[in-house]
Amino acid sequence: MTTVHGKSNHTGILRKYCTYFRIRFTSGLQYRAAAMAGVATQFAWGFLTVLLYKAFWEADPDAFPMGIAQVTSYMWLRQAFLAMFNSWTVDGSILSDITGGNIAYELVRPLDIYALWFTKNFSMRAANVTLRFLPVLIVAAVVPAPYGMSLPAGVPAALGFLVTMILGAFVTCALIMFIYIFTFFTMQPLGVRMVFNAVTDFCGGNLVPLPFLPPALAAILEYTPFAAMQNVPFRIYSGHIAGWDILRHMGMQVMWLAVLVLLGALLMKKALKRAVIQGG
Amino acid sequence: MKLYLHYLSIHLRSQMQYKTSFFLTVLGQFVGSFTFLLSILFLMDRFHTIKGFTTAQVLLCFGTVLMAFSIAECFFRGFDSFAGTISQGQFDRILLRPRSEVLLTLCSKAELSRIGRFAQAALVFAYAIPNSGVDWTWDKILTLAFMVLSGVALFSGLFVIYAAICFFTTEGLEFMNIFTDGGREFGSYPIAVYGERVLKIFTYVVPLALVQYYPFLYLVGQAEAWWYALTPLAAWIFLLPCALLWKVGLRHYKSTGS
Repeated sequence: MTTVHGKSNHTGILRKYCTYFRIRFTSGLQYRAAAMAGVATQFAWGFLTVLLYKAFWEADPDAFPMGIAQVTSYMWLRQAFLAMFNSWTVDGSILSDITGGNIAYELVRPLDIYALWFTKNFSMRAANVTLRFLPVLIVAAVVPAPYGMSLPAGVPAALGFLVTMILGAFVTCALIMFIYIFTFFTMQPLGVRMVFNAVTDFCGGNLVPLPFLPPALAAILEYTPFAAMQNVPFRIYSGHIAGWDILRHMGMQVMWLAVLVLLGALLMKKALKRAVIQGG
Repeated sequence: MKLYLHYLSIHLRSQMQYKTSFFLTVLGQFVGSFTFLLSILFLMDRFHTIKGFTTAQVLLCFGTVLMAFSIAECFFRGFDSFAGTISQGQFDRILLRPRSEVLLTLCSKAELSRIGRFAQAALVFAYAIPNSGVDWTWDKILTLAFMVLSGVALFSGLFVIYAAICFFTTEGLEFMNIFTDGGREFGSYPIAVYGERVLKIFTYVVPLALVQYYPFLYLVGQAEAWWYALTPLAAWIFLLPCALLWKVGLRHYKSTGS
């Protein structure tokens, strides 16, 4: 760990992770054709989702918990930033390092492995989303009124959106870290991962925005770490969360980020203590 | 056919060697579509109807598409993961063998853990069939069975197209997901809820609406004409261009050399 060595060492360590971020980020930017295919898919997907919610709106506009424009913006943001907030992208090389035994090499490095893997995940997602979000948003902004994307609800909404986006991205990465930690214990990640994905998608408002769930359930979910991911920024953007509530949600995000990182790092240490290096 | 059954039993036995892993995957499949089902139920609970269809009627669509998809995915997995087969050069091995390459690709994989999704679809049917307000005469029972079977044909055809494209690109085309995974997800509601234009695409380009929507109208009594029950035939006709594309792709095939 980094704490006892004084200030100069601190910045040195930080620089190492920044270098990792740069390497990963630029290599991630190379996959442009895949990104274009992804953009087309995400756009078509978003369009069908928007049409679905419009059909529900026509069925009973009074039962709508948000404005139709707010839902539309939510859905387009979800599509645009899918690469950042989705629960199924994991770094396959880390998983095979754990099950294949190459983790031995990672352990030799003078870096904290939790921070290293966190950086790897974050930079991969950041690169993917950098390639994808603009085209989706631009097209969504051009689509005519009831189906298209609207501007942020105001200056505080725009600022709150930016800050909570970054916090939400960190919370997502901190949650994803638990997949790797589980893999240490089970060695067979697939089934656990599928359950994890399903629960995260549902509780995080990726399947249905949380306000559409029954009020009692939604109220409980608001206090879970899942709600500290995309749910917060996307609703701040359209003004569905406004005023002091923005700060309250921000506080929840910071709290969950701290809890998840501490818990994750602790469990990781435990896992490493009893880790068996597979193969040779 | 005998060969295929033999391969199937091999896959079954090999997957049974890792029982915990197998059951965890089955559970994962089940939970994965269960949260999706929950989201439909919560939305329908809030709005009661969509384009005039009730919850049980929507679930009838959901069950049809999910069951068809899970069967197709279980047996046609070899086509769904074809990009890997090509890029690792394993297709060369298939070409060397004295059987049709379609059969051998079919044999190469079977994902029996899809039973998790299938079970979900069966449970949904158990609720939706008695509650959908359909008067279940013989012709309607047959229509529903025909819808599911034709759905299997349609999704299998899509998997074959996906694989055939790999002959040209050596990697899967992500856009096809709109029709496979998207077909499963958006096909959970009667296609007409997405409006006229989307309905047309899913009628004339990819005949999902002919499998899922028009015969469904016949089931719930919104369409009287008997031939609405026969529209799923289109899925079987759809297999022809799929087979053709596969043939063209096969002729175009160059080994990746690895």
